[in-house]
Amino acid sequence: MTNDSTILDERRAQVFRSGSGDIDIACNRQSLAGAVSQRACVFCGSRVVLYPIADALHLVHGPVGCAAYTWDIRGALSSGPELHRLSFTTDLREKDIIFGGEPKLEAALLELIERNKPKAAFVYSTCIVGLIGDDMEAVCRRVEEKTGIPVLPVQSEGFKGSKREGYLAACKAMFRLVGTADISDVPELSVNIFGDFNIAGETWIIKDYLERMGLTVVASVTGDGRVDDIRRIHGASLNMVQCSGATLDLAKMIEEKFGKPHCRVSWLGIEDMAESLYKVAEHFAHLDPGIMERTADLVRSELGKIMPGLARYRADLEGKKAAVYVGGAFKAFSLIKSFRHLGMEVAVVGSQTGTKEDYAELAEVTDPGTIIVDDANPLELQEFIKEKDVDVFVGGVKERPIAFKLGVGFCDHNHERKIPLEGFEGMLNFAREVHASAMSPVWNFVPRREARHRDVGKECGHDE
Amino acid sequence: MTNNPAAKNAVSTTNACKLCTPLGASLAFKGVEGAVPFLHGSQGCATYMRRYIISHFREPIDIASSALGEKQAVYGGGPNLKKGILNVMKKYSPSLVGVASTCLTETIGDDMGLILHEFREEFSDLDLPEVVHVSTPSYQGTHSDGFHRAVHALTDQLADPEAEKNERIALFPGMVSPAEIRLLKDIFREYGLTPTVLPDISDTLDGPALEDYEPVASGGTPVADIKALPGAAASVEFGSCLPRESGGTCLEKRFGVLNTRLPIPLGVRACDDFYDALAELSGSCIPRRYEQERGRLVDAYVDGHKYVFGKRAVVYGEENLVVALTAFLAEIGVQPVLVGTGAEGKRLAEAVESACGDLLREQPLVREGVDFHDIAEEAEALTPELVLGNSKGQRYARAWNAPLIRAGFPIHDRFGGQRLKGIGYEGTQELFDRIVNALIDKKQSDSPIGWGYI
Repeated sequence: MTNDSTILDERRAQVFRSGSGDIDIACNRQSLAGAVSQRACVFCGSRVVLYPIADALHLVHGPVGCAAYTWDIRGALSSGPELHRLSFTTDLREKDIIFGGEPKLEAALLELIERNKPKAAFVYSTCIVGLIGDDMEAVCRRVEEKTGIPVLPVQSEGFKGSKREGYLAACKAMFRLVGTADISDVPELSVNIFGDFNIAGETWIIKDYLERMGLTVVASVTGDGRVDDIRRIHGASLNMVQCSGATLDLAKMIEEKFGKPHCRVSWLGIEDMAESLYKVAEHFAHLDPGIMERTADLVRSELGKIMPGLARYRADLEGKKAAVYVGGAFKAFSLIKSFRHLGMEVAVVGSQTGTKEDYAELAEVTDPGTIIVDDANPLELQEFIKEKDVDVFVGGVKERPIAFKLGVGFCDHNHERKIPLEGFEGMLNFAREVHASAMSPVWNFVPRREARHRDVGKECGHDE
Repeated sequence: MTNNPAAKNAVSTTNACKLCTPLGASLAFKGVEGAVPFLHGSQGCATYMRRYIISHFREPIDIASSALGEKQAVYGGGPNLKKGILNVMKKYSPSLVGVASTCLTETIGDDMGLILHEFREEFSDLDLPEVVHVSTPSYQGTHSDGFHRAVHALTDQLADPEAEKNERIALFPGMVSPAEIRLLKDIFREYGLTPTVLPDISDTLDGPALEDYEPVASGGTPVADIKALPGAAASVEFGSCLPRESGGTCLEKRFGVLNTRLPIPLGVRACDDFYDALAELSGSCIPRRYEQERGRLVDAYVDGHKYVFGKRAVVYGEENLVVALTAFLAEIGVQPVLVGTGAEGKRLAEAVESACGDLLREQPLVREGVDFHDIAEEAEALTPELVLGNSKGQRYARAWNAPLIRAGFPIHDRFGGQRLKGIGYEGTQELFDRIVNALIDKKQSDSPIGWGYI
């Protein structure tokens, strides 16, 4: 059983066990002081969403840290310009805090736009800017007039909520671009990819599937993103939204203003991948009767390529247990299904920013006894890992050392990863990643595992 | 040229060559036994820094946060700070909580000293940990400043004026690696000296695989040892650009503990100074082991000198480290052409000139307050053939087609950054080997012949 002292009283409502009655998990709360949350801030949310727009200037208006810690850390690839891989900041100093940062912001913007010739500039506000009250709107407007490119303020003061509020701020900033370019050449059989960040080229895999189905992709928001594409988003007939709401707000804004519908998709795992493609095909079936068949062919041929490989990995992984802790709960659903395909059970699942609906669904799809947790922290996670004695942990960089210290395998499923995990081929990569960690002989030497082997030995009467 | 430590002329910053102050303070607090670093500010700061530090050390890095929201930013963060410490106490049972401020709490004017005073009064019935606080607004200085400020705060706030005289030597090593601290402790031991190393990250940031998870990693400077520092026989601190207020000067000013400031012992001359200082402190001569190490190092300098002579190097990063690296390059015959740091007001040019002595035929350009954009702008014309610094210059070294010798923090694109050594004769030997081999490797891969025998 979990050592209950690990969970602070005020966090008890944020932990739930499947099968223990109706789920009423507390979430969407401000992180508890001193709890060492794995969450970041509003700024992080905005930065994550807009990061892969590769031909825009991303200027962090604030002190040096916010820019330094987000410099080229994500695996979002670009097929062309790579401005997103640079880190720009106004690097505010004491005198700017006292006298205001507007002059420095304006000068920095003019200088960087002149030097880097971006298609647009996003200006992120940080905690400090929210406090000193710089009028970013006014500065951006002035610079926009002087340079002729869109200069978009992102209201992402770190302390004004969690990552979710950052998503909304990013969507609001992007929405200013939407509808500002000609869409007369956009065909009716067209879509936008929302909420995919082209980590390790994943957007390209999905784009290839969609094109083989006969669809035109107008824009990817924001993987391998381009400013001019975002201007034309409203031309596409359907917005396919992935991820836990990072770009959902934008899809809703477009639906409201331009009447273009959206659907939720997931490009992770076999079922969700296929289901998403079929869902999109169905949407266009009345315009293009052949699309269902082309989609079925595509799914069949892609599955054919990966099934033998998957079966080999499954043979080794069958019966092993996994823990999942991710930023958005949406990814967790696909991961649970993916693990089932590998013959594995997810015994712990949690997210930084899940909603009540997300957790209710998780309670439904998980086996009884599964631990479901909102906004966890290292001590809780290590306790859950031990209690469930999992073999593999799926998470991001901050979770990796927790797993490794406990002698548990790890699969990086965050934006730092360099291996595509989306699409059918991504499922095979995922299986390979999990396999490479779970099957490594190094665990034989990890003290906690050694102890387990010792215990097994005792039971078998091998102990002296 | 060195008299012209030109600051950058751009207003904007592109790819900063520095990190923020609270990160440095967190690193320093991680080196105290049973300590939990605590950032008084928004949740994001702690999380970002944790991720950044984890990627270097590959260890769990728990940094608590007062997780201020909009309401607290308006009405003050005091209640959250107190509650946060109580929660940390419940979960981690720390012996020390190291509280560092952030730009948010500095700007809203939270008086941490006062809040913590209230905290101690309010909860005097509890078994409270030591709470040390340091002011680290990120708009003031760099991570290096934050680190040294935290070390000063630990010394100043914990030192017990009644501490009994003892034989220990206080050692303030600065931002060196866990492996280097282990090495330093060995060296002291060989001289028969017992150091109190502050901070001591040798185990806390490079720990072994264990049977069970430790909420706070074992190791670090015991709080009792920090309290006893005023009784130390002497103190030694490393760095050529240290702030006026440091751990060592605090002990000297307040308690009369004689402080010796030495350059980071990297390279034969800086090592000689260090080992001489130890000989003097211990009253014994250099152990034969180190005499041999020194001899082998000089022998290697001779064996390898032609591979490195005249190579044009760019050095960047934390100010104390770049001075040490530049001085070392000068003694092996590499020509440093550009030395840069993101820090300002460090008198870097003077430090470099004095550390290189008359070994250099030409002084390098020395730049403070620069970012990587500025460094690249000047470096390109200087055609560098060798680059020394942390991982963040990787894209530039790659563009110049020059090998990057990784040193300092952070090492995000190589394995084992926490175990890199550059100090002592032993560490210098490792660094020298790495440099020679990087140049040989480049020669090999650039050549159509391949050179299997060099």
